[in-house]
Amino acid sequence: MEKERHLLVIFPHPDDEAFGVSGTIASHINNGTPVTYACLTLGEMGRNMGNPPFCNRETLPNIRRQELQNAADVLGIKDLRMLGYRDKTVEFEDQEKLISHLGSIIQEVKPSLIISFYPGYSVHPDHDATGAAVVEAVKRLPQNERPKLNLVAFAKNCVDELGKPDIINDVTEVIPTKIAAIKAHRSQTQLTVANMEEKFKQNDPQIIAWLQNERFWTYHIN
Amino acid sequence: MEPVIVEAVQKELDRLSNKEVYIHLETTNGAYATHNDESFFSSGAYIRNAKIRYEQGKITGPNPYRIGLRTEIGWVYAEGITHFEVDEKNRLLLAGHDFQGKLAVALEISETPFN
Ligand SMILES: [Zn+2]
Repeated sequence: MEKERHLLVIFPHPDDEAFGVSGTIASHINNGTPVTYACLTLGEMGRNMGNPPFCNRETLPNIRRQELQNAADVLGIKDLRMLGYRDKTVEFEDQEKLISHLGSIIQEVKPSLIISFYPGYSVHPDHDATGAAVVEAVKRLPQNERPKLNLVAFAKNCVDELGKPDIINDVTEVIPTKIAAIKAHRSQTQLTVANMEEKFKQNDPQIIAWLQNERFWTYHIN
Repeated sequence: MEPVIVEAVQKELDRLSNKEVYIHLETTNGAYATHNDESFFSSGAYIRNAKIRYEQGKITGPNPYRIGLRTEIGWVYAEGITHFEVDEKNRLLLAGHDFQGKLAVALEISETPFN
């Protein structure tokens, strides 16, 4: 993994950073690269409440705020920003306001690399809207100030249409940290994580491959 | 939240009737429903802080329950309700959780706006 000056991660939901990206984040932090994580919403519309339910629609945001902070602590992210948007409404926001909001963070942080979602290939409308605003904000920077964009995609058609991801990070060394970051989002991951951890302990090749490899597409502007 | 107790919910519906209240109403299959199963038609609706006044609120069953509120010139209803709670702000929170425990519907009634 190339050494970066500063990594800026921009995602709409607490836990977006955990599954596909937390190994990469942990590796950069181990490399001494500072990381800023801007998370747009608190995942207020999450559907996992525990079974039997231990939270409700109104208590979920506070629980997820704490879980997000815990995940950031596990990964060693020092600069965590919660931007105050509301889950499932990002695509309905004024696009220009969103672009300038994210643009102002990019200009302040001056990252050498941004990780976000690939617009149009990231399934959840908030993911696509966030990715689109990030790409547009970077486009508007003078060419010599533009950070690299490594984007996450997981729509069914992403490999057919975008080609294979050009970056695959092997994060084997930080798998325990990655699992801890996933577990930090307890309300949302409780059920799947137990199963995943068990398979990992039994050296299940599919789970190991899934934990080991984090895939990104470099987005080329113009 | 705890499983619906019809009498307790009915008492709360009566308490909140005939006054100005704020409603949160939501149905959802989750944003990943079609991603996980292409034959699934995903739909949902959401309204937060609708200000209404209802003259009659009623819960009917059996489990999962239905709840209807008759307003002066219209209706509000939700079906699939399994759990309820009266929280520390005295708000009536109702939700329906599916067989995996995921929220599928929510109806909440409060005398003060939701934040
Ligand atoms: Zn997400």
